Amino acid sequence: MNKLEVKNISKSFGDNHVLNDISIELNRGELVCLLGVSGGGKTTLFNIISGLLTPDKGQVLLDGNNITNQPGHISYMLQKDLLLPYRTIEDNAALPLLLKGVKKKEARMQVSPMFRQFGLEGTQKKYPAQLSGGMRQRAALLRTYMFSKDVALLDEPFSALDTITKSSMHKWYLNVMEKIQLSTLFITHDIDEAILISDRIYLLSGSPGEITGEIVIKEPKPRREDFNLTEEFLEYKRKILSLL
Amino acid sequence: MSEFPLLLENSVITLQEAFIGLLLGVSVGFCVAVLMDTFNALYKAFYPLLIITQTIPSVAIAPLLVLWFGYEMTPKIVLIVISTFFPVTVGLLDGFRSADKDAIGLLRSMGASRIQVFRYIKFPSALPQLFSGLRIAAAYSVVGAVISEWLGGFGGLGVYMTRVKKAFAFDKMFAVIFLISAISLALMALVGFAEKKCMPYRNTNEKEKKV
Ligand SMILES: Nc1ncnc2c1ncn2[C@@H]1O[C@H](COP(=O)(O)OP(=O)(O)OP(=O)(O)O)[C@@H](O)[C@H]1O
Ligand SMILES: [Mg+2]
Repeated sequence: MNKLEVKNISKSFGDNHVLNDISIELNRGELVCLLGVSGGGKTTLFNIISGLLTPDKGQVLLDGNNITNQPGHISYMLQKDLLLPYRTIEDNAALPLLLKGVKKKEARMQVSPMFRQFGLEGTQKKYPAQLSGGMRQRAALLRTYMFSKDVALLDEPFSALDTITKSSMHKWYLNVMEKIQLSTLFITHDIDEAILISDRIYLLSGSPGEITGEIVIKEPKPRREDFNLTEEFLEYKRKILSLL
Repeated sequence: MSEFPLLLENSVITLQEAFIGLLLGVSVGFCVAVLMDTFNALYKAFYPLLIITQTIPSVAIAPLLVLWFGYEMTPKIVLIVISTFFPVTVGLLDGFRSADKDAIGLLRSMGASRIQVFRYIKFPSALPQLFSGLRIAAAYSVVGAVISEWLGGFGGLGVYMTRVKKAFAFDKMFAVIFLISAISLALMALVGFAEKKCMPYRNTNEKEKKV
């Protein structure tokens, strides 16, 4: 069975028809990218999947259960890192646990072993403003991961980073993903990023947003060091460009 | 300087009134702000009313309060509450509204309750505005205490002031004025201290900017 199933979702804001009959699936442990132009309705779709927005039509199923309109089931990392500036990194990462009623001390103990894996050693007692952009993004990913080790929605988690930091984040991310087996839906408008990290890519066209194509990246994981310089990579890129 | 003990005694009375009044005023201000933020209908209905209460000069209502509540502490406290809850309420309301909508969305996506959203996002977002309001309220509380004593009471710096005024003792008059300012400043410093303690993350920000 699919981990997450999005069935025939449509959504309009007034006259603005943003999403039209969107259906996507996510299998266990899979990383699937949603690639599309700006304003195409990607964030809107995530808001619906996470239960923050009500769709006009359609359903969201998690392990076969209907969770349409119910927040609190899926980890969601929004387009901004949204770390709380008045809380230390450790307490930011522990936030999902605190919200579930775990005591502060216990919550800190649960997040602390993850700091190494997420490359955040030594930042436990720091405030978000004291961290670099890449570190903040990793802290937000850690918080997302602490909420649920099951399904995560990531909305352009790396788009605010410069290309060098971004590519080192990709390496790190693929590495961590190998270990933690999270089923992930990932929004991006960076084609290279999508090919580099996904198992599968959905192409979303704008106004109204519709799925216009699905591409499976057959390259085994972990990906080769120079995968993004190979002929296969270029082939995938050409195919995507022709479909967008 | 022979009157120093008398001055001290009166200061203690004034300070007591200011402190109790401020504490109550802040509590009232907090409750009003939370209610108005939670129920939008209350916000719409009472915000204009709130503004109107502030256009009434406190010197004008102080005698009325004396008439209703007598010469004891009650009318003083009431006056201070009336003049201090407003800056706190307005500061908090603005603060609550400045909270990041996406951050609230993030918490909701994690299944947070309204109370949790308030505790983790809204209240901390309003802290800077709360403290600006508190600083103003602290100054108002001392002035409010003095004015209400002035218009009727048995003790306090206001009463002492009317007495020395009648005796044309200008040196003592200046001493009292100086003392009142000093008390206000001390209260504000206290608020500033609490602010630093409550928002340690702000200090780290500033340090970084300077480097
Ligand atoms: N709450 C809302 N109310 C009204 N219109 C909205 C709302 N949220 C989004 N929209 C509209 O829906 C459309 C899609 O927005 P959305 O944020 O989903 O795009 P996106 O694909 O995430 O874009 P980007 O890549 O720039 O983040 C836009 O035209 C936007 O104006
Ligand atoms: Mg978006």
